[in-house]
Amino acid sequence: MNETAKGDGGRAAGKTASGHLSRREAAKVLLDDIGDTLIVAGLAGAKGDVLSAVGTDYPLVFAFGGAMGAATAMGLGLALAQPDKRVLVVTGDGELLMNVGTLATVAVANPPNLGIVCVDNEHYGETGFQQSHTAFGTDLATMASGAGIGAVRTVREADELAEAAAMLRQGNGASFVLLKVAVDDPPKVKTVWDAAYHKNRFRQALLGAP
Amino acid sequence: MSTPWQEQTYDLLRAAGVRQFAYVPDAGHDYLINRSLADGEVHAVALTTEEEGVALLAGAHLGGDRGVLLMQSSGVGNCINLLSLIRAGRFPFLTLISMRGDFGEGNPWQIPMGQSTQPVLESCDVTCLRIDQVDEVVPTIEAALTTAFQTDLPVAVLLGQRLLGAKKF
Repeated sequence: MNETAKGDGGRAAGKTASGHLSRREAAKVLLDDIGDTLIVAGLAGAKGDVLSAVGTDYPLVFAFGGAMGAATAMGLGLALAQPDKRVLVVTGDGELLMNVGTLATVAVANPPNLGIVCVDNEHYGETGFQQSHTAFGTDLATMASGAGIGAVRTVREADELAEAAAMLRQGNGASFVLLKVAVDDPPKVKTVWDAAYHKNRFRQALLGAP
Repeated sequence: MSTPWQEQTYDLLRAAGVRQFAYVPDAGHDYLINRSLADGEVHAVALTTEEEGVALLAGAHLGGDRGVLLMQSSGVGNCINLLSLIRAGRFPFLTLISMRGDFGEGNPWQIPMGQSTQPVLESCDVTCLRIDQVDEVVPTIEAALTTAFQTDLPVAVLLGQRLLGAKKF
């Protein structure tokens, strides 16, 4: 275990994880200079990380408010449909654990334009802040490698972020970054709940019609 | 081995622009799966669980593609929560379901989900179109494609065991 970070109050008060990076700050580095990357943001904390990094006005992001477990597979369908665009999925440890088999599905399809970031705070922050399996030794990066994804990295330090960001933008095959972060409870990013609105805005920007 | 209605089904899906075939291994969909795997113009995506297919097809639509989920009736139960993505986002959704627990079933484990398939789907606002006779295949697949992709509604085509035959034990 690396150094232990304490939560900074709110619902996360007293909760600890093995990571010490700030999720919002680390995600901002990974999502820097995003260009016209197509983004799928998993529910809860991952959604906040994405929207705080790219802004709620960025249209090429589909942000989940539910349907836990769907984000990675949705990114795969999007990557197969748009082979000339970069596609980035940002999800959390809890959501990825719910459908961890999707890592195998991604590895077999292996779209060269798909990158996956799992923001791992070792907790189910959206619900009761209970610990997830990753707090007890489950390593999602090892599982991604075992699934057959070729480009996999674990990031625990700020100086590892640039290399991970570059890997997510390479075109050799699907890539996976496990971002180990501290437990915190950053302010939520307010956005419209309506999934049809997000879908139509995304398609309007990408395809010219909803 | 294929029958003409299976070939017609594949051709109808392709003619309607279906380019992503999401599947779990299944004897009833053997022909469609193998055709899609051999077709260089489409993506045949092997899933580890059916619910991945629901999300995959929503992603396909986000990117301007059309897709179909090929599954068995027992897989419907695995999809339920993710169908909330389809309804909340008003995504088009098409699935072809090979029925088990249906006419002539001999495996008691297949009966519960087979009997629940249609009511469960309908409770999630999925329109169910059932096929029991060969001459119903082409018009039903055409109807399903039209409704799914022109009205952005979820549609399931249930391929009954009168059509497919019951597995022998």
